[in-house]
Amino acid sequence: MDFTVIIDNLPLYLSGLRVTIELLILALLCGFVLALPLGVAAASRRATVNAFPRGFIYFMRGTPLLAQVYLIYHGFAQFDFLRESMLWAVFKEAYWCALIGFSLNTAGYTAEIIRGAIAQTPRGEIEAARACGMRPGVALRRVILPSALRRALPAYGNEVIFMLHGTVIAGVITLVDLFGAAKIVNSRHFVPFESFIAAGFFYLCLTFLIVWLFKGAERKWHAHLRPRAA
Amino acid sequence: MAEVIGYLPFILTGTVLTVQVALLSLVIACALGMLAAAAKLSDSAAARLVGGVYTTLIRGIPDLVLMTLLFFGGQIAINHLTDALGLGYVDVSPFAAGVVTIGFIFGAYMGETFRGAILAVPRGEIEAGAAFGMSPARVFLRITLPAMVRHALPGFGNNWLVLMKTTALVSVIGLHDMVFKAGQAGGATRQPFSFYLLVALLFLLLTAVSNLGLRYLERRYSVGVHATVADAEGA
Repeated sequence: MDFTVIIDNLPLYLSGLRVTIELLILALLCGFVLALPLGVAAASRRATVNAFPRGFIYFMRGTPLLAQVYLIYHGFAQFDFLRESMLWAVFKEAYWCALIGFSLNTAGYTAEIIRGAIAQTPRGEIEAARACGMRPGVALRRVILPSALRRALPAYGNEVIFMLHGTVIAGVITLVDLFGAAKIVNSRHFVPFESFIAAGFFYLCLTFLIVWLFKGAERKWHAHLRPRAA
Repeated sequence: MAEVIGYLPFILTGTVLTVQVALLSLVIACALGMLAAAAKLSDSAAARLVGGVYTTLIRGIPDLVLMTLLFFGGQIAINHLTDALGLGYVDVSPFAAGVVTIGFIFGAYMGETFRGAILAVPRGEIEAGAAFGMSPARVFLRITLPAMVRHALPGFGNNWLVLMKTTALVSVIGLHDMVFKAGQAGGATRQPFSFYLLVALLFLLLTAVSNLGLRYLERRYSVGVHATVADAEGA
């Protein structure tokens, strides 16, 4: 194997790395903002409140990310009213379609994590909040969410890694992310091993980075769960 | 709508292929998963290292990168091999590349699930088997394997559902699964949204059917456990 081709194409890989990280961070931010209300609503016992978020979660978790992104990128072209509207400037760009698809997908998974964490809140914590005279909204903000989001941290770390791996789909719909860069190098020089192993190496490093970041976050936010140092 | 119905048999042949890919990869994943679990629980440090590297690498690299690596790279490797052996040209089919990669990836996930399930089998049961004079292989087949199924089923079920969705990626390396066929039908009728939505609903259907099967298996393999709970309550 000859990795000099990879060294020569390093700028391409690095710009791909930038696109991957950018898509990942933006999708996670948008996804989390969507997931918070969806997760809280899905945890509700009232059927009128939880029906839509639970349906959304079911669809996002039950169908492949590739099909979801295709549905937006290729599928929306079917609707003439969309093609003629201002929104078409957004939906004709692979970048925005990928970002919207990734955001909705991670919103579905994250909402389910938040729903599960809320459902596991110890009854005593909620009763204590009520006993202190907190209204439901205040109890949610001050007691339930801080406790539930801490519990959700390990599962969310896994979701971030899955989303990183999901971003390769950007490379499928013509964007030049890490995977797209590897595809270009492979088709120019016909070096499938070197090109994809290099991309795999970058993804592996990103995965380790995320694992390390979440270890740090758990050390910070789960400090109260650690055995006390002597 | 009429076009969607007209193309339904066309899409459904893709669904059959999707299910074939999924089931065949599942077989490979289970076999590799047992090997990985055995390696990670082994007394040999070398085996534990190999098992650890396998599960870490697979879970750190996106599935599509591994799949394209195997599809394009595997072709070159096989060409070298057949040249060296003086054989003719062998084509790596996208079907084989897809099945092998997905099986290889989910072998790592299954390995973690199986490892936990084996550890959950009470030591006493395994020791009892050995005390009866069973060989280690027989202990595994008659005691550990049937007892671990119950513990492995929830994780196995999750892995299966994720695996099924991962099969959508084989369309990227040119296999005519239902996502690929939805693209063709959508292009021909200029109704891509309808066909991708149909495929999404078919995936939901496959998930629902799988859940029914998994729930049946979980009931079946927990029979002994439920009986003891009922006995305890009856006493």
